[in-house]
Amino acid sequence: MKTLTLGAERVRLEMKSFFRSRQAAVFTFFFPVMLLVLFASIFHGEIDDSHVDFRQYFIAGIIASGIMSTSFNNLAISMAVERHTGVLKRLAGTPMPKPSYFIGKVGMALASGVIQTALMLALAVSLYGVDLPSDAGRWLWFVYIMIMGSVTCSLVGIIYSLVPKDANNAPAYVTPPYLFLQFISGVFIVITSLGAGLQAIASVFPLRWMASGLRYVFLPSSFEVQEPGHQWHLATGAFVLTAWLVGAFVVALRRFRFVDDR
Amino acid sequence: MSEAAPSSAPAVIEAVGVRKTYGDLEAVAGVDLAVHRGEVFAMLGPNGAGKTTTVEILEGYRLRNSGEIEVLGQDPATAGASWRARIGIVPQGTGAFEMLTVAELVHHFAHFYEHPLDAEETIELVGLTEKRDARLSTLSGGQQRRVDLALGIVGDPELVFLDEPTTGLDPQARRQVWALVERMTRLGKTVLLTTHYLDEAEALADRVAVIVAGRIVAEGTPRDIGGRSDAVAVVTFERRDGLSEASLPDLPAASLHFDRETGLVRIETEEPTKIIEHLAGWARAAGSEELPGLTVARPTLEDTYLRLIAAERREESVTE
Repeated sequence: MKTLTLGAERVRLEMKSFFRSRQAAVFTFFFPVMLLVLFASIFHGEIDDSHVDFRQYFIAGIIASGIMSTSFNNLAISMAVERHTGVLKRLAGTPMPKPSYFIGKVGMALASGVIQTALMLALAVSLYGVDLPSDAGRWLWFVYIMIMGSVTCSLVGIIYSLVPKDANNAPAYVTPPYLFLQFISGVFIVITSLGAGLQAIASVFPLRWMASGLRYVFLPSSFEVQEPGHQWHLATGAFVLTAWLVGAFVVALRRFRFVDDR
Repeated sequence: MSEAAPSSAPAVIEAVGVRKTYGDLEAVAGVDLAVHRGEVFAMLGPNGAGKTTTVEILEGYRLRNSGEIEVLGQDPATAGASWRARIGIVPQGTGAFEMLTVAELVHHFAHFYEHPLDAEETIELVGLTEKRDARLSTLSGGQQRRVDLALGIVGDPELVFLDEPTTGLDPQARRQVWALVERMTRLGKTVLLTTHYLDEAEALADRVAVIVAGRIVAEGTPRDIGGRSDAVAVVTFERRDGLSEASLPDLPAASLHFDRETGLVRIETEEPTKIIEHLAGWARAAGSEELPGLTVARPTLEDTYLRLIAAERREESVTE
């Protein structure tokens, strides 16, 4: 019980710190919105006789990418900074239950992901006439991908925060894999237009499955034939996300230490 | 400073033969330590001597390779949250929690404890009431250090670890930290302090340990450490005016050194009172009622400390 109430208290504090940090605001909110506006202005029109506008395709990808950014990027960077500026050490010296810290981190990622997604959807619907999901099943899957994607990417971010060796270069470690996955996971570029090799690489990582799950949410059923293998692959996506979730959880438990005893 | 170390009081920290190695480096090379309830214990030593490593082992941050440790009756390596609720830690370094205000952070930390101090009182105690709504990024180094102190004591701990609490502070801020430590000892808290300021150890500590190359080379009260109170005194005066003509006296049991250029006479003795009596008689005979520029000094804690470190370094270079 105490773990949960302190976890909620941690979320509150994390959100405060997050919204006050200019870097976080720019990267998390302004950057995806800018991409949304840019891409929507540059690329539009029907994708391969599918009666689906590229903007409708793109909103699924950019929301998936936004979830990854608010969870993976955000936690990997902020926790590397917290490790190297002594925040983790200070917290570890108190009786705060350690799970409360992780609840705070994942809660922050989830909350900022929801806010960011709402912001982009509002823009996309009002400016570009993007259609919202058409039935309850799709809305449910939307919620599932939001939660599952955020939590999974958060756990991977927690592990990845162990990689940077000091606070200043954390973004330099985090941005390259993020950008790479964006280009191969069907975020900016229709995934079937990529070669089989890149598609295979993308299929190992969660982002591709978060994006395709959201395409199911935002695109008409008629688009399913345009997907790789002519299917949405919802079960495969759920399986890959679950595998990453479990794997990341186990590795985080085994490898994550609040204080390095180098 | 509180009154003499209550060595009969129960030990709050007891460590025997603690060792910690990193590769070939023996950072802590067999430290024995006993700190009693209500005591302020200072660890002095040059940078890299192993002060922080030792303290971080006692705090449970680092694991020792060998040795026995009890802190508040438990082994820090395995102690849990209820143990951490009884200690307060002020680690080295700053730069954390930049985006939060003083009040937000102190209140937040207070939530971690069952019986914390009142957060607002704690802020007042460290003298930051006026800055309670300022973000940490806008505070001076001294103010940030006081936030660290507030976070270390807000849980109302029995034992407080202060790792170089005043490094980088201006003299006024240092005095405020000292006053806070004195206040904690009046409340019966035990304090383990590391510092490389000797005046700090002298002002605050009941007992001092000097640690060099991972070993405690001397331990005692600031007054006695390293045989300080029994050490020879140094008497100096200037041989000028009428005294420059008079030949220097023969002094019993003392070594006298005269510097022709400055006219300074320096006498090392174990009996300074007798020597001064003798010198006064000699001066009067030479027609002078005063010994110009007379001083009598025992070695300062700094002299003693530097001598201990130098001796240790010599020993090292011999054994190497």
